[in-house]
Order: sequence, then structure tokens, then C-alpha cells
Amino acid sequence: MAERSFAKEVEQLRIGAGEEFRGEGILAITKALLECGVAYVAGYQGAPISHLMDVLSDAQDILGELGVHFESSASEAAAAATLAASVHYPIRGAVTFKSTVGTNVASDALANLASGGVKGGALIVVGEDYGEGASIMQERSHAFAMKSQIWLLDPRPNLETITQSVRDGFELSEVSNTPVMLEVRIRACHVHGRFQARDNQRPKMALAEALENPQRDVNRIVLPPASYLHEKEKIEHRWPAAVKFIRERALNERFGPDGAHKVGIVMQGGMYNGVMRALQRLGLADIRGRTDVPLYVLNVTYPLIDDEFLDFARDKESVLVVEEGQPNHIEQAFGAMLHKAGIRTKLFGKDPFPIAGEYTGAVMLDGIRTFIRDNAPGLLSDRDRLPNEPEKPQVPDLSKAVPPRPPGFCTGCPERPIFAAMKLVENELGPHHVAADIGCHLFSILPPFGIGASTMGYGLGPASASAFNVPAEKRVISIMGDGGFWHNGLNSGITNAVFNKHDDVTIIVDNYYSAATGGQDIPSSRAKNRSRSTSHPITDAVKGVGTKWVRHIDRTYDVTKMRDTLKEALTTKEKGPKVIVASSECMLNRQRRERPLLAKAISDGVRSIKPRFGVDEDVCTGDHACMRLSGCPSLSVKVLDDPLRDDPVAAIDETCVGCGNCGEVADAAALCPSFYRADVIHNPNNWDRLVTRLRARVTGWLQERREGKRLNFGARAA
Amino acid sequence: MNKMTAPDETIIKLAVLAVGGQGGGVITDWIVQLAEKNGWYAQATSVPGVAQRTGATIYYIEMVPEAGGTPILSLMPTPGDVDIVLAAELMEAGRAIQRGFVSPDRTTLVTSTHRTLAVIEKVVPGSGIADSSPVLDAAREASKRFLGVDLNQLAAENGSVISASLFGALAGANVLPFAKESFEATIEAGGRGVAASLKAFGAAFDAVQQPEAQGTAVAEAAPDIAPGDGPAEAVAGPESETQAWRALTERVARDFPEDAQPMLLRGLEKVVDFQDVAYGEEYLARMEAAKAVDSDAGGAVRGHAFTIDAAKHLANAMAYDDVIRVADLKTRSARMRRVEKEMGVTPDQVMRVTEFMHPRIEEVCGTLPAGLGGAILKRQRLVDALNRVVNKGRHVRTDTIRWFLLLYLMAGMRRFRRRTLRHRTESAHWEEWLRLAEETVRKDYALGVEVLRCHRLIKGYSDTHARGMSKYDRVLSALPLLAGRDDAADWLRRLIEMALKDEKGEMLDGALKTIETL
Repeated sequence: MAERSFAKEVEQLRIGAGEEFRGEGILAITKALLECGVAYVAGYQGAPISHLMDVLSDAQDILGELGVHFESSASEAAAAATLAASVHYPIRGAVTFKSTVGTNVASDALANLASGGVKGGALIVVGEDYGEGASIMQERSHAFAMKSQIWLLDPRPNLETITQSVRDGFELSEVSNTPVMLEVRIRACHVHGRFQARDNQRPKMALAEALENPQRDVNRIVLPPASYLHEKEKIEHRWPAAVKFIRERALNERFGPDGAHKVGIVMQGGMYNGVMRALQRLGLADIRGRTDVPLYVLNVTYPLIDDEFLDFARDKESVLVVEEGQPNHIEQAFGAMLHKAGIRTKLFGKDPFPIAGEYTGAVMLDGIRTFIRDNAPGLLSDRDRLPNEPEKPQVPDLSKAVPPRPPGFCTGCPERPIFAAMKLVENELGPHHVAADIGCHLFSILPPFGIGASTMGYGLGPASASAFNVPAEKRVISIMGDGGFWHNGLNSGITNAVFNKHDDVTIIVDNYYSAATGGQDIPSSRAKNRSRSTSHPITDAVKGVGTKWVRHIDRTYDVTKMRDTLKEALTTKEKGPKVIVASSECMLNRQRRERPLLAKAISDGVRSIKPRFGVDEDVCTGDHACMRLSGCPSLSVKVLDDPLRDDPVAAIDETCVGCGNCGEVADAAALCPSFYRADVIHNPNNWDRLVTRLRARVTGWLQERREGKRLNFGARAA
Repeated sequence: MNKMTAPDETIIKLAVLAVGGQGGGVITDWIVQLAEKNGWYAQATSVPGVAQRTGATIYYIEMVPEAGGTPILSLMPTPGDVDIVLAAELMEAGRAIQRGFVSPDRTTLVTSTHRTLAVIEKVVPGSGIADSSPVLDAAREASKRFLGVDLNQLAAENGSVISASLFGALAGANVLPFAKESFEATIEAGGRGVAASLKAFGAAFDAVQQPEAQGTAVAEAAPDIAPGDGPAEAVAGPESETQAWRALTERVARDFPEDAQPMLLRGLEKVVDFQDVAYGEEYLARMEAAKAVDSDAGGAVRGHAFTIDAAKHLANAMAYDDVIRVADLKTRSARMRRVEKEMGVTPDQVMRVTEFMHPRIEEVCGTLPAGLGGAILKRQRLVDALNRVVNKGRHVRTDTIRWFLLLYLMAGMRRFRRRTLRHRTESAHWEEWLRLAEETVRKDYALGVEVLRCHRLIKGYSDTHARGMSKYDRVLSALPLLAGRDDAADWLRRLIEMALKDEKGEMLDGALKTIETL
């Protein structure tokens, strides 16, 4: 079960023609897929398209009614390979993943798919994780489209255009026998907007029908000599068919004045709103789409349509290409087109725009203003034409005053004690080379833990430590999440280590979900899932591929056990890979599941226990050793109203979920006795009350006895 | 050239800055619904993903009056082009200013003034809490209108969360063209925790309209002690003890300079609370000696800084954290009441309390008579053997009679405390420290005061305590090198600061190297 439920929102997927859809971009894409008669959807979660998978998962009833098959694929490669169903059959299918990382993983299947071509429409929805909020290396998906000759759609970021692109994408795919990639950026995925819905369509051909009447066409299989023919076919047939379709259906759009003009701007569709905002601020456009500058908007960024571009550029003195990211493939292609056609229009792009980095509002305004100022100054107001005017209002320098706030482990996260234990081992055995992986556990790299030296890809933690399996005084440690483990880590990490006789240590963080992507279920998830087979233990898989030294810690909060197990793994004489599986449920998901149940139980009068930690501020000496082994959002410091104390003391706020880490760490590290856990029993039974009363009578008597003999200063000195 | 575009229509641009987990998404949804219900077209975007895991996050909304069709709005805020900034935490307001989203000609900045500390502020061994005042100053300066209220507290007081009070503050700021009732109706339509949300909403709505909403700084460091801040008003106890206590306070008033009296009284209170009135007498006796040295060294013209710092740090040194102290603090009736209050235990609920203790043989021996404890600690094999029994984490249920009684009896060992090994070690240490400070203050007043302040470095338990001691020794190792320099006190002060910056004292070692080259 995922972190966010779309159970309410997916009801909108049922609406039909004449109704208006309102909601998030990815939900709109899902709706458009259903309107296109898609027969199957597959994918792998990851921001910014995680919610697309969650929406589909929550929409299984609707998908079932329409006869749509949905797969939560094991990886992006598995998802992309699913599109093979559209090779021989006129069946529409779509897959989705995060890009470029997902596209990297999927590229084997995508290249094969693109070579043989497709009969049914094949759409690849990629969430372009680029710019602010991205969690991966900053690259473009564009090159993937180019190298395999997959058509790339980059629609204007509004729901009308995005959903239209889904429809166009399927048709384009079918007329040109080529898979089509639909690129949506982070904010477009999450933009709240509207579009006019259409009726959902059942698939024209059911998957079962294909299965029962199998077809094969040897010419569509990537095997010589067909593979040689495929390359020619791409150029001679599929490309021209695509160009014809794109031009006839006017997938690319032109706005603003026609005819000769000093300047014109060409842009990726996804850049349109940003360009329009810059023009609005320069007084050259309004929010209804009117513009004084001719615009050519590429809702299809690959292939480019030479004639269209040349038509646009021919009667302009200068043309600006707004193309985010690098290399600037589009600008380079346009330059070549102009050169070959002998057209003298000046071409601008990565100058005035910066070569690297996101086209934020400020970058967009600066770039477009500079371009127009240099090439059509008459368009600008005096203020925007004045070169020496201070660009930005004076902003007070707060760089030293505002502390950075990177993401970190949530309150009660079961991964925190794993790294606290690693820290304790580090104190004893010295620092080790730690190969990190992709997942929430990567936050270990940041303060307070500072553990982890590299991250080479999802599930590739142990593989990235392979070279270090040489005789040495220390063993290499690698970390892998359960998500990465099932994605490919079982093979690339564990099997690889067994086969190559590694003498290393791998910690597999098992939090019952693919947690970093939003808590989707995976094979080792423990929750009941009516459409997936779960509860397959990681330890069984690890042993199944031949690992001998396997330890399972079924409660990560046991810091002492975690520490001792890791120490054993690092020091044992036994050779071969040592695998520690550390399991506890992701607290975010656990709370989401348990909190409403607890609240209901309490209000129903059922006896319930609510744990929370606290700190005795008079016992705490303010050394903050506990913070350096935690970083929990609910464990903070507070300044005491006591002139004798210089340093703030530890304090736990009401957001504490009572996970136990504070107490366990204080235990394992022999920190200080200031932590306590208070279990408040709601709706106590008679026995609880009786015991409490009895105890209170005895302890109260003892306290009274002692406090009657000494001075008591009340709360201040205590 | 013939322009065909109309000037900018009314677009309201609103950014929400929050810490992941604060519910920025909830308030964003509310604002969108509010706008749509009032006949506006609203577009909202966010950048969720891992950034939301406790990190800084931003949501952005643009809205225009409905005019058919899809208006072309921006998906991200641009510096200098935002009308309203809502910040769910003070430093996030600072981040908004830093990113240029707050402009003096147009931006209304509404922020909660509470602090959610970032990890790097918490892990510092000393005080790493960032100063709020530059951000508050910048907030007033950089915005057209600034409204700051502790919205977190208002939410907590009303049993709700900050999204509700932030929404109330937005309504109260009166910057959106929508009626208060419409805001409230939006919350009601959400259907979850409506009553509490509405209360928090209302409280924040009113609070931002008060003149104080211009923002007040939150407490930063330990507050200065005000002269005349006397002993605790409520001193309860047997008549003989309270009489003896009064005698002590009278002695403070009679024998000590006025500027040092408040700190002395606080110190006195601490040591008497730690042990007994006789211990307080010892404290005052030792302080009288220190005061005499202070007077000789010219303390009168320096506000008796030496006496004040000695009063503070000697009290802390004398009230060291031994097993007896911990057991005593954990078994007091006031403590149980405080925990119940903190946990919000109502009369129809009961509470169980588990303490996390990890005694080591060092702590146990510390509580034994000095000769015996010392003898054991000298025998390593015996120590190892005993450690196997003693040295383990213990989860102690102080609400049960068995464990309570055990701690109670341990606390009762107070009367033997002066004979324990720990007391001998501690008292020898503070004597040595005071002697050094007194010797120094005679030659260099400011330096002597800094020697006293070195005691701040000794804190924590077990390894942390050992590290503190090591830092203390390392800082004081510079004393011979510094003695005689004009800037000696400055250097020592800087060394203390450095020692409190990181756990192992790496910055301190760097600073010490610099001193060697002086």
C-alpha cells in the first residue's frame, strides 16, 4: 500500500465526455490512457511519476472493468519489455518510469523494441527528474530518443495539451510503427489543472484474444538479417511517416504574429509557460496566450520537422531556441538546417541562456530579455532596454543565518538505528569504505551520520564495492535497500558476490516497501495485497543464490544487536559474502496504517497504549551525543531558563512516535540516563487502575517520607 | 511595432515554504479549492519526492479570475514576482527571502516564528541554534508587509496542526479577495479534524491582526539573570532545614557583592538540592575564598565576574551526575508530575514509565567508599569480570514498586556521598581547577575568568564525559603558552568555543596548533 492514497481521486477516472476533469497532471495522464483504449500499463515507481503508479494501483477496479492489465514491474527494464505485446498485435500499451535513471535501466528493451518497431501504439511516459526537487544526476532523456529513434513528445505543461499528447502519441506510434516517449517534467506531473474529458474506451483487441491467436512476424524480431533492415526501415519508412503525421496533425504549434519579424522564439513544449511568463513580464504577452513575439512550440522535440522550422525562421532576423539541459541537441540540429538551407537567420540558444542548469523563472527572464534587447530593442519598454539598471532588488544576505535543511530520515524511521549502530562500530573498529545505494538510506551520507562514499545506481551498492574484494585488514561494507534488492540487487549484488567469492559485508535495509518512492509494495512486503504476491523473505532469496553467512535482524531498533552483528560480520574468520538483513516497517507507512486504527480504538473505548519518549532535562547535561546518533525530527534541543546552564538540553516533542531509537541508542552507546519512555494507557481496565493506584500509594508514601525531611525547591532546582 | 497584448491581468502569486511533513500539500489544496469556489482559476505545483522527507519544500500557486479557457500561468515562482509568501517555519521564511521571493514593493510575508531545528543545529556539542534575529530583521526589511506569529503553538493549543493555523493567518492577513467564511467552509469541506482545525484557524486569524504580529524574537541563549532574582519562593521542608537555608541566604546577602548574589543564590539552591544544607555551607565557604581572591584582583571594578563565574561553575561541579543523583531525580514526586503533564495524561488514563540506564563498573565503583572503589578499579581483571555482570543496558520501570524502591534506596545513599570514590575524584578536580583559576586571576583577571569557564566543557556520561574531560585538559594545556599575552583571555575563550563545535575536538586541535606557532 502506497504512502498516498488516490482512492478518492481515481473516481474521476470514470467520468465521460462532456465532463470536466480537475486534478493533478499524472492523474490526467492516466485518464487519457483509458480514453485511448490502452490494453496494458506497466511501470516502475520513482518521482515524479510515483503517483502515476499509485493512481493505477488504486484504480484497479476501474482498470478491471475496462479490461486493462496493470503490472507493477520489477524494474524499468521489465516495464519496457512489457511493450513487446504491441510488436505483433494491434494492442495499445503504455509504460512509465522515472527518467533518466529509469530509461538507463530500460534502454536494452527500448532499443530492441525500437529496432523491430510496433504494430499497436506503444507509449513510454517518462517523468523527467530534472531541476529543483530532482533526486538524480542531471541529464536529458532526449539522447535516448535520438539513439534508438523513438519519437519524443514534450507537450506544453497544461492538462489539455498533455492529454492531447497522449492521444496523439498512440496514433503517431501506430502510423510510424515506432514507440513514442512522452516526457513530463516534475512540476507538470504535479500541476493542478483541468481538461475536457472523453469517454473511456475498451481495448480494440483484448490481450486474451492475442494470446489465444498467436502471431509472429520474423521481420519484427531483432536478429540478423532483420536487424539490418530495421535500421533502413527506420529512416526510409518510419521517419517520413512520423514527419507526415506530425505536420498534418499540426502537433507543433505556432503563436503570435505571422510573417516577417525581427525575432522569433522556438521552444520545447515544456518550456512554453516559462517563456510566456517572461514575455508577460516584458509586456509582450498576456495570460490568455496572446503574444507580440512569434513562437514556434515543439510539442514533438524528436523528430524535428525541417520545413516547419525553416518556414518559421526564414523571415526572422534572429531566432532563439529555448532548450533546457545539455547537450543542446535541438539548437545544433537547427543550426545545421539553417546552414544547409543557406538561410542567414541568426540562431541563439545556449547564449544568452546558460549551458547547464534549470531554466528557472529568473533564468528565463534574463535570457529572453537579453535576446530581445540585443535583437529587437524596439519591443521593450525603456526600463527593460536600459542595460545598467540593477537587475534584482537588494536581498539581505542570509546565507550564514539560514541553516541548510536537506531531506533526512523521518521521525521514527527504522533505518536510523541501523546507521546509529554503524556509527558505534565505526567508533570501535575505525572507519570503513561504505558503498551506498539508492533509497531513503542514502540520507546516511548527510549529518549526523556521514556514512557512505558512493552511489552507483539502484540496487548496485554491493556491485559498486566489488573491486575492493582484495586481502586487507578491513572489509568493505555495502548497503542496499529492499527496493534495490528486488530491482536487480539480488543478482548484481548478492549472486555476483557469491560467484566472485567476495569477502564483504552487505546490509540489506528491509522496510517492507519501496519506501523512498512512496511506499509501494515489493515481493518482500508483509502487508496483504489483493493483486500482488508478497511476503517473500529476502533471506530466502539470499540463501537461495548460495550465501552462507546470513543474519536476520527482525527489529532494527535493537541497536545493540545490530551493532554486535555488524561487528561479527566485519571480524569473523569465515570467508565469503556476509549478508545482514535488517527489517522493520517504514514508519511513515506504519503510522499511516496504524494511527487511524489507534484513534478509532481509543474513541471506541478499547484499551490502547500510546508510547512516547521524553528527556529528563535535569539529568541531561546538554552534550548532544544522542543527537549525533539520531537526527530525528522529534528529538531537538531547547534552551532552559536556568542561568547555571550554558548549553541547550535535549527535548522530545509531541511528534515522537515512540519508535525506541533514543532509548536503544542511549543503551548501546552508554550515553546518559535522561531518556524515558512513557506508555500512556488509554481506556485502562480495572486491573491497570488498581495496580496504578497501589503503586502510587507505595511510591507516594516513600516520596512523602523523604521529601518531608529535606528542602524542596519545587520545579526550579529539580 | 503594433502591440496586441493587454497588460498583465490580476494574477495572485503565492508560495508556501514548509518543512517536509508539515502538511504543505494540505494548505495548497485548501487554497486551490478556496480560489475555485470563489470563481478563480487556480494552478498549483509542487516538487514532492524525497525532498519531502523532512527537508525544505516549496509549493506554488497562481490564480486569476475565471474567464473561460486555460490561462497561461507559471509553474514556478520567480524572484521579485511573488505576492504572498507563507512560511511554516521561521528559517523557511529566511529561505524565501534568500531566494528572492520576498520583495519590498509587493510581498506580504506571513510566517510562523517557531523554530524546527535543522540537524546541523542539533549535533553541535555546545549551542548550535541559529540566531533568529537576522531573519526577523530581514523579514521586516524585505517584505511589503510582515506578519509573524508562533503558528505552531497556536495549532498545538487548539489540538490541530500548522496547516490550519497557517491557513488562518493567510485569511487574517486579508490579502486574498475571499471572505473569512469561505476559508472556513473550505476546511469544513475537508471533513477531517474539522473542529480543531477551525479553532486553530480562528486563533491564527485573530493573532495576525494584533500589533505584536510584527514578529518577536524567540529566546536564543540562556537568559541573563536579573539582579534581585532571588531564591525560589516556595522552599518547603522541615523547620530546622528551612531555618538553616535562610541563614545561608542571609549570608549570601551579607558577605557577597550585590552583583554576584543572584548567581550565588541559584548555585546555592542547586548544591543544597543535590546534597544538603551542610553542602551549601561548604559551597559558600569555598566561594568566600574565591571572592576574597576576586576582591584582591580588583573584581569590584569588573563587576565581580570572577565570583559570578565561580558561583556558576562551582555549583555545576559540585552537583556532579552520579548514580545517586540520577536515582534521586528520577524518584521525586515532582518529576512524576512533570512527566504526566508533558505526556498530557488525563485522570482517566494511566501511565507506565521506562527508564533507559546503562551503568558501567566505573559508575558502580564511584558510589562505593573511596578506598574500596579505588581498589577494585585498580584490578583490571576484576573490573572486566564485574563489568560482564554490571555493564548492560537496563530498562527500568520506575512506576513499579520493585524498581522504584531500588532507585529510591540508591538515592538514599546520599548521606554516604561525601565518602564515595566519585566525590573524592570530583572534589579533588574542582579544587585543582579553582586553584588554577585563582592563581591565574591574580596575574590576568580576564584569563582567570576564562579558566573558570573551561568547566563548561565537562559534561555528559561515560565516553562523552571522558571526551569532555579530554577537551578540558587540552584547552588548559594552552594556558602556559598563553600566560603573559595581552590577548590570552581572548585565546582561551576562542579555544572553549572551538572545543564546543565538534564532537572529537578536531577544531580545537587546529586552534591549539595555531597557538603553538604564536
